Amino acid sequence: MNDTSAFVILIAAIFTNNILLSNFLGMCSFLVCSRQLATALGLGAAVTFVMTCTTIINYAAYHHVLVPLKVHDHLYFIVFIAVIAAFVQLVEMIIERFSPALYHALGIFLPLITVNCAILGAALFMIIRKYSFAQSVGYGIGSGIGWSLAILLMAGLRQKLGYSNVPKPFEGVAIIMAITGVMAAAFMGFAGMVSIQ
Amino acid sequence: MAASMAPGGACAAGQCAGRCAKALKDGTFTENPVCVQILGICSALAVTTRLANALVMGAALIFTTGMSNLLISLLRNATPRRIRMIAEVAIIATFVIMFDQFLKAFYPAMSKQLGPYVGLIITNCIVMGRAEAYAMQNPPLPSIVDGLANGMGYAAVLAVIGVVRELLGTGKLLGFTVLPPTVYTPNQAMVLAPGAFVVLGCALAVYAVLKAPARQEAKA
Repeated sequence: MNDTSAFVILIAAIFTNNILLSNFLGMCSFLVCSRQLATALGLGAAVTFVMTCTTIINYAAYHHVLVPLKVHDHLYFIVFIAVIAAFVQLVEMIIERFSPALYHALGIFLPLITVNCAILGAALFMIIRKYSFAQSVGYGIGSGIGWSLAILLMAGLRQKLGYSNVPKPFEGVAIIMAITGVMAAAFMGFAGMVSIQ
Repeated sequence: MAASMAPGGACAAGQCAGRCAKALKDGTFTENPVCVQILGICSALAVTTRLANALVMGAALIFTTGMSNLLISLLRNATPRRIRMIAEVAIIATFVIMFDQFLKAFYPAMSKQLGPYVGLIITNCIVMGRAEAYAMQNPPLPSIVDGLANGMGYAAVLAVIGVVRELLGTGKLLGFTVLPPTVYTPNQAMVLAPGAFVVLGCALAVYAVLKAPARQEAKA
């Protein structure tokens, strides 16, 4: 177990170890939903919320259920994905029941989140890096904010991209990839600030 | 999206062979999961720092897509529609766990390097996509071919990116020095995150150029 403080992990997860720009997770929805700022903002908020909550639930499930039962080594994949799917479904039902306005704003993004690999990825990193509870919470929140930051920046860039002249073979996703590469390079400028492995 | 729906699942020999051939060609080239459908990008970027990692990841995906397509197709008439997603995820996760345990037992060093990305095959859209789009509607034999072909299409793209990144990033291939430091100064950026995005972007552009004549023929 490392003893980096939870706050350092939170900052690192946003800037130096951004889950999208340095770990490449959550690319699918990043590519599809970054056309408009409003969509990106909604999805970013939903991802941050779900990621924070599922990291906490998965931490509890792993350390208080799977480890005592000695099945943590081969069952945690399936338990984590089940927890994420169930949690998303539950949140969708609760929001629909109590806040129809929020449901219309956020609801359409929720099913997309189950298959967002950043959520499962954050839970797996938490296990591999042997985070404590506080560190896991920091990592979950930080990763969510980091992912939202990346998709918001990309949505802004893509609106400008509409006015530019893209070479024919690069049209579509190829140019987005190249731009993301430049963005990742820019984020590497934060690298000396804090680091987590 | 590739083949037509199978009526009842009966599969005459000739029709079946034709469908298998189409599944093979679609999966590996014309409908390449990475280049055309832009699926499975996460791991395509993450594990391609070295060719060896890319090859193992490709093998993992060929195994998982093939086997899960086969099993999902066998169970397709017994699976209630409402819970099919859960059933698919459970089946896929089973095969992913099998592969993960295999790596941990026989190649622990490789398992450590791939880290969470083996587990993340569960949320790899290619596997889920093929299960949903193909295996749910087609008999077992074309389904397994479709799964293997899509796995191979993914593996081929990964291998290409792996070669470019390892060669330009370290001057080596599979750990052997190809370009000695006197001839070529390794460019660290290729191994780091920005290199991954740029190389994949260029790979997509090259694929678009390669595919352009085929598309024009189809139109004519």
